[in-house]
Order: sequence, then structure tokens, then C-alpha cells
Amino acid sequence: MNTIRHHLDDATLLSYSSGSLTNAMALVVACHLSVCADCRRKAGEMELLGGEMLERLQPADLSDSALQNLLDALDEEQPPEPTTDAPALPPADVPAPLWAYIDKPLDELAWKSLAPGFAYVDLPCQGTGASKLLRIAPGKSVLPHTHTGNELTMILRGSYVDDVGRFAKGDIADLDDAIEHQPLVDSPESCICLVATDGPLRFTSLLGRIVQPLTGF
Amino acid sequence: MEKANESGDSVNRVVPLPSSRTCDDTDWSQLLARMAETGDRALFVQIFRHYGPLLKSYMLRLGVLDSVVEELVQESMLTIWRKAKTFNPERAEAGAWIYTLARNKAIDWMRKQKYPTYSLEGHEEEPQEGETEPGELHLIRHKMKTALNELPPEQAQVIYMSYYEGRAHSEIAAKLGIPLGSVKARIRLASAKLRNFWEGEQ
Repeated sequence: MNTIRHHLDDATLLSYSSGSLTNAMALVVACHLSVCADCRRKAGEMELLGGEMLERLQPADLSDSALQNLLDALDEEQPPEPTTDAPALPPADVPAPLWAYIDKPLDELAWKSLAPGFAYVDLPCQGTGASKLLRIAPGKSVLPHTHTGNELTMILRGSYVDDVGRFAKGDIADLDDAIEHQPLVDSPESCICLVATDGPLRFTSLLGRIVQPLTGF
Repeated sequence: MEKANESGDSVNRVVPLPSSRTCDDTDWSQLLARMAETGDRALFVQIFRHYGPLLKSYMLRLGVLDSVVEELVQESMLTIWRKAKTFNPERAEAGAWIYTLARNKAIDWMRKQKYPTYSLEGHEEEPQEGETEPGELHLIRHKMKTALNELPPEQAQVIYMSYYEGRAHSEIAAKLGIPLGSVKARIRLASAKLRNFWEGEQ
């Protein structure tokens, strides 16, 4: 198992735990948490914080019938059916939370070509922002750029280097507008990453940055 | 306690975190585990009486409609009953467990899509190196009560807006009229301060 060097920002983790991340961003966070014990520990602490916050709320009265309805519902509870086999495990390079969004191994997905060496797959996340899988061929580089909001990238296969460091399988790049970088794929195989942005227009600009040097607009 | 102001006319007023309400010493984790073991409905009723009204209050704040909130509370309570057998008091704490479950229930309803979670049913993992030790969770939970009171108002405010209003960083930035980077900086400072508190000897 490889060592994870790049982790989630505390601010992102807290947003995830408080349920204030978009589903697109939360998907990337959940995928990283599924493979990173260090971040999972921090997320657990922030859920404890959630528990304490819950405890401090002024309780809101429930209707008089609420308890009786609940007890009636318990009467109708069937004993759980004997558990069938556990759901099929995802392939090794697909984090479990992502498996709910794609139904095939990475190589069998319907990749859409963006430009030579660049392809992507849209993931069906509700709400603002977007998440996609990006596949970038070895030796390809993205133009130097900053970000206009929050952008999360998790490496699923291959690796890239940029001004921040080297990012390999399991690593997360948790970037905002304070960072400028120019990722270059340095692995012999294509680099596949899961990327999410938290604004509706930001992905367009990300894809634009990628194809710009190739299409010339 | 005041309801969060939706119209935004109190933009920069810092709403303090509510203080701990009770000196309730019930060990909810042990109680939940005992309920799972014995199927004792009296324990379930006890959990309902404590957490039901808190969950309703929480879900309303997040934006669940009045007309469906009791239904979602009921679903959450049923889920607590059904999933209690998977609750392990060595590795989880009842308040955090119930909070997470209710958070997911509210978000799933509001967004009509499941909030991505990292511990998937059917894939029970063994504890790994680096994760919180058994018992440590409860110690942290206990220290949390005091630690939260120590946060400076502007850090408490971003915690408040995240947990009680479900606001993204960009929304908090817009509402407070400060840059996105400042929102993240405040949250990082608050996290560091809390962590320092429960990892320290206080």
C-alpha cells in the first residue's frame, strides 16, 4: 500500500462533516476518507463536534402522536432478512464511494475525448458544482493556472507533479485561488483523477484551461 | 435561541454558540449498545425523548420543510433502531453517530441524492493504524464541551454557520463580506484550537 502524502484541508473536512459541501465535492472527500486513516480520524473528531453541536440545540417539540406512530412502526418491523452476499467489491483503483456513481471499471467507462491526450467522464452529482473523472496521457501538461474557488482532485491512477509536489494514487490536491500550478503527468501510464469544483461555471473554465494550448482559443 | 436570520440583515452580528444545555450524564453510547443487545423498547423511548426533539430542531435549521420534518425524524429514529446492532461503542460515540445519520437523512431529502459517505454498509472495516483508540473518542467528546466555549467569537461563528445552517465556504464569505480565504483560515484556526485542546492536558 502506498503512502498518502497530500491530505484534505481542515476547512474542507469540517465542511464535509457539517454537511455543507456540495455532493460533487463531498464525493471526492468521501473517496479520500475511504483510503486515508489520518483524515478519517480527523473527520471522526469533526463528527464528534457535530454531536456536541446537536446536543446544544434548543429542542423542538414533536407532535403528541410522534412516539405512538414510531412504536406502531416498530410493531410492523420485520426481522431483517438474512444478509445476502456483501455487495461486489469495487476494483482496487476505484474507491468504494465512487463505485456508486460508475458501474464499470475505469477502463470500461465511456470516456469522452476533450483534446488529444485528454478525456473525461461526467459524474451525476446533484446541485451546484460538478465532478468528473479526468484522464491525462503521460507527458501531457495543463497550462499554469490558479482557481476561482475550491477545487478538489484525488488521484486514482498514475501521478503528476506540479509546483506543490508530486501527487500519486490516493493523494488529494485541495486547492483554492491562493495556489497557482501546472500539473505534468509523470507516470508511464495515464493519470486518472477524480476532480470536483464547487461552482457551476468553474469546470468550464478548468476544461478550457486544459484544451486552450491545443485548440488555440 | 434565535433562529438564523435568512434575510441577511444582521450580516455581521456574531451569533454566539449556545452553551451546553444540561448536565446530563447519561452515557448514550452504552445505552444505545444495550438497546441493540436487548431490543428493549424502553431504552429506545429514552433515546427518542432525548434525541427526537434535537433532530427536529437540527433538520429545520438545515432547511428541511416543516411539513416533512417529523417524517424525517421518524425515519431517523427507525434507522437508529435498525442499525443499532452495527454501532460499536468502542469505535463510535452515540451523539456523533446519531448526528451523522440525521445529517445524511436531511441532506438526502433536500438534495434528492445520497450524500457521499465513506463507511459503506456491508464493508465493515477493521480498525487501522492511526485511527482513534477505543475510549479516546469519549474523552474527546467530553473535552469538546469545554473546548467549544473557548473559541473566539469569529471562529465560533463559522462553526455555527457550517453546522447549524449548512453553509458552504463561499456562502459564508458572501454573507460575512469577507474573502473566501479568510473563511477557510478561520475554520482552520478553530479546528487547530479544538484539536490542541483535546490533545492537550486541559
